[in-house]
Amino acid sequence: MLHLGDLKGAQGRAPRRPGDPSGALDWPRRFIDLAAGAGDPRLRAFYACGVPSGDTVLKDVPMVALDVETTGLDPAHDEIVSIGVVPMTLGCIASSASRYWVVRPRAELQPESVTIHAITHAQIDTAPDLGEIVDDLLATLAGRAVVVHCREIERTFLDLALKARIGEGLEFPVIDTMALEARLHRQPAPGLLARLFGRKPEPVSIRLADSRARYRLPRYRAHHALTDALATAELLQAQVAHRFSPDTPLRELWL
Amino acid sequence: MQVEQLEILDFLRAHPPFDELPEEVLQRVATAVDVRYYKAGEQIVEFGQPAEYWHVVRSGAVEVFRRNGTLYNRLTAGGYFGEFGLLRHGRVRFPVQALEDTLLYLIPQPVFLELFENNEAFADQVEIEDRTRLRQVMSRREDANDLMSATVDTLVGRPAVTLGSGASAREAAQRMTEEGVSSLLIVDDNPQVPELPLLSGILTDRDLRTRLLAPGLGYDIPVADIMTADVVTVAHNQLVFEAMLAMLRHNVHHLPVMKNQRPLGIIALSDIIRYESRNSLFVVGSIFRAQSVDELAALVPDVRACFVRMLGEDASSHMVGSAMAAIGRSFKQRLLELAEAELGAPPVPYCFLALGSMARQEQLIVTDQDNALVLDNRFDPVRHDVYFKALAAFVSDGLARCGYSYCSGGVMATNEKWRQPLRVWERTFTDWIERPTPESLLNAGIFFDLDGVWGRVEWAAQLRELVARKAKGNSRFLACMARNALLRTPPLGFFKDFVVESDGRHTRVINIKRRGTAPLADLIRVHALAIGSASINSFERLKDIIDAAILPLGRGQDLYDALEFISMVRARHQAESLAAGEEPDNSIDPEKLSEFERKSLRDAFLILGNAQKFLKYRYQPGRAN
Repeated sequence: MLHLGDLKGAQGRAPRRPGDPSGALDWPRRFIDLAAGAGDPRLRAFYACGVPSGDTVLKDVPMVALDVETTGLDPAHDEIVSIGVVPMTLGCIASSASRYWVVRPRAELQPESVTIHAITHAQIDTAPDLGEIVDDLLATLAGRAVVVHCREIERTFLDLALKARIGEGLEFPVIDTMALEARLHRQPAPGLLARLFGRKPEPVSIRLADSRARYRLPRYRAHHALTDALATAELLQAQVAHRFSPDTPLRELWL
Repeated sequence: MQVEQLEILDFLRAHPPFDELPEEVLQRVATAVDVRYYKAGEQIVEFGQPAEYWHVVRSGAVEVFRRNGTLYNRLTAGGYFGEFGLLRHGRVRFPVQALEDTLLYLIPQPVFLELFENNEAFADQVEIEDRTRLRQVMSRREDANDLMSATVDTLVGRPAVTLGSGASAREAAQRMTEEGVSSLLIVDDNPQVPELPLLSGILTDRDLRTRLLAPGLGYDIPVADIMTADVVTVAHNQLVFEAMLAMLRHNVHHLPVMKNQRPLGIIALSDIIRYESRNSLFVVGSIFRAQSVDELAALVPDVRACFVRMLGEDASSHMVGSAMAAIGRSFKQRLLELAEAELGAPPVPYCFLALGSMARQEQLIVTDQDNALVLDNRFDPVRHDVYFKALAAFVSDGLARCGYSYCSGGVMATNEKWRQPLRVWERTFTDWIERPTPESLLNAGIFFDLDGVWGRVEWAAQLRELVARKAKGNSRFLACMARNALLRTPPLGFFKDFVVESDGRHTRVINIKRRGTAPLADLIRVHALAIGSASINSFERLKDIIDAAILPLGRGQDLYDALEFISMVRARHQAESLAAGEEPDNSIDPEKLSEFERKSLRDAFLILGNAQKFLKYRYQPGRAN
């Protein structure tokens, strides 16, 4: 995944918050509504699979780690070039069941992004359009909580890609490992003592590789969608092992 | 289709045993791997739970425990566990805990089993159980070594030429000339089985020269008068190297090869030399030709080169040890000849003893001299000791110049205490067995491995027999020896580039003799004493121990393999030092071992550790053995 700079243009479109008195997200309820409103049969089937309820404890939640690589950071112009998904639970990252697609963007491939993902024109020329793999992709995501590192990218680009192809966007619950790191390292605001003494907390990097290093996870090469998805899956297992518990309800994590 | 699990693929490709797999198999495995993260302290598998996966440590570290909670193993990146459960019981046998934050690759049982079935090299490395792995390594080595696996019958070129013992020396010479051979077998009629003549002697070119021509005897004397009557033979299925050792030991150049009591043929030294051109026989030959201590000392580089060569040719440790012992023995013999030439004939007969590793034929290149003198019972210190003191000094100084450093413990014939008449030795040995003291137990560990090198060597055999007789069944003595054999323990294994001690401490290097070969030899000696074995060599003692069936089934073979492996690591280490122009020692740096060697060495240490536990249990004071 690319998150080398700030995401240009549209901030990741926040999912419409379903009405819920507690203020927490009610994704199952939202999926019922989306299924009812979906025009495309593939999307309707996806939403009809539902999602685990917010009460479900993490050890029982089916999840899938997702990463997309794009031609650039501007959702208005850039497009997805590859997608990696790795099904997982807290107990096992099913790398053996992972999927990986290279897809052909409609926009021109920028030379600099070629150097980043090592996906070449030749590979892309023979690759399918994302529209052709939507079935497969949605099937791997259906019924699962999606695990990403930096949700804006995956949500925004997938949403826009589907809109461009079938006229409807895509919504799904995510567990964002970057947001989980941010919770730990970017909050709370410096304590009273620190402020009194003018101490600023050291800025902590919440990039994937740096976050992984804090949990003594090995260094992987970046910018391969499947490797990044696996890296994200491992990071989530580490975060839960250190900071949550298998009995933490899903609602404390998802967004 | 291209494999996109790149990190997994790269990792597997870089680590044994996966590096043994063909690329397409490796790619298939990489796509079958699942992954799991464990926080430090988390239990990974529990005893008895179904074994579903073979685990490979991707990062971090884990500890493997025995069922009773003691630490069994510690693994880091590239280490693996769970094979035993998958291959045998389908249940986890060793509980495992994360020592650090750890990422594991999980390989599902069917994938693992398929790899194990279809990839021999992979399976060899993974093993069914530690000791099985070691066994396979050893047998692989033996296969690889021609000299170790070739039997003497492959060297037999033509049937032996025989002659009746009534024939004359002239007839023998004529026959040899006609047949173009350098030796004849002399046979007698067998009254019981006429078609199976009795082998009564061997006659060689050298015998004609030294026993007929030199003394000027008549050509018509019976061949029986000039032949060698006590014929050293080898069986047709003995190994070439055993034949070579027999030649070294008995200083003969021709050996009849026997099959079903019939001579199949004769192999000569030259046959073996042709077969194995670079060997210790040349060195031994040079030793006996040396005319002075200076000349002997000048052979040290040859000895070292021979040692390095043998290891380069994948000789087994038994073979290397025997050859080095034969060389050491030859040095002593030649030094004693030179000493007698200088000092004159001894005033009373004596026997020069080799002790410890030299006697056991487990000598390598770094070794000190352990020796002693057994003197005739008529020995009178006042009149005779001047001579023997000088003799001992001559040999001891000579050995020091030939690379056998003085014994720091003073176990040398130069020490008055170790220069005694036979009856004193008998009394001393009896005393050590019947009234053991801490000091005498240490001595017993050295002196009870004894071999006669020169002079009245039968006294050495007599002393060995006495020890075997008295020690066997003396449970108090055996218990004391067993306790002493536990003083030196093996390290637990390796962790990263450190040696792990059983209390979890790390050390930088390991003294492979003190922590490996020496405790093994000690342990084997106790069992050998308990069964009254007459063997001196640890491997041969082990064979006796296995035959006596005092160990749980299979454990004797395990010990054999462990001794072989540890000895080889030690020998190779010394050979590498020599090849690099460094002074060889016994300190092994785990960083310099391959991952595979580390694993096998750890297995060998485990076997030693377990064998020590058994020793403690078996030889308790008062327990009937």
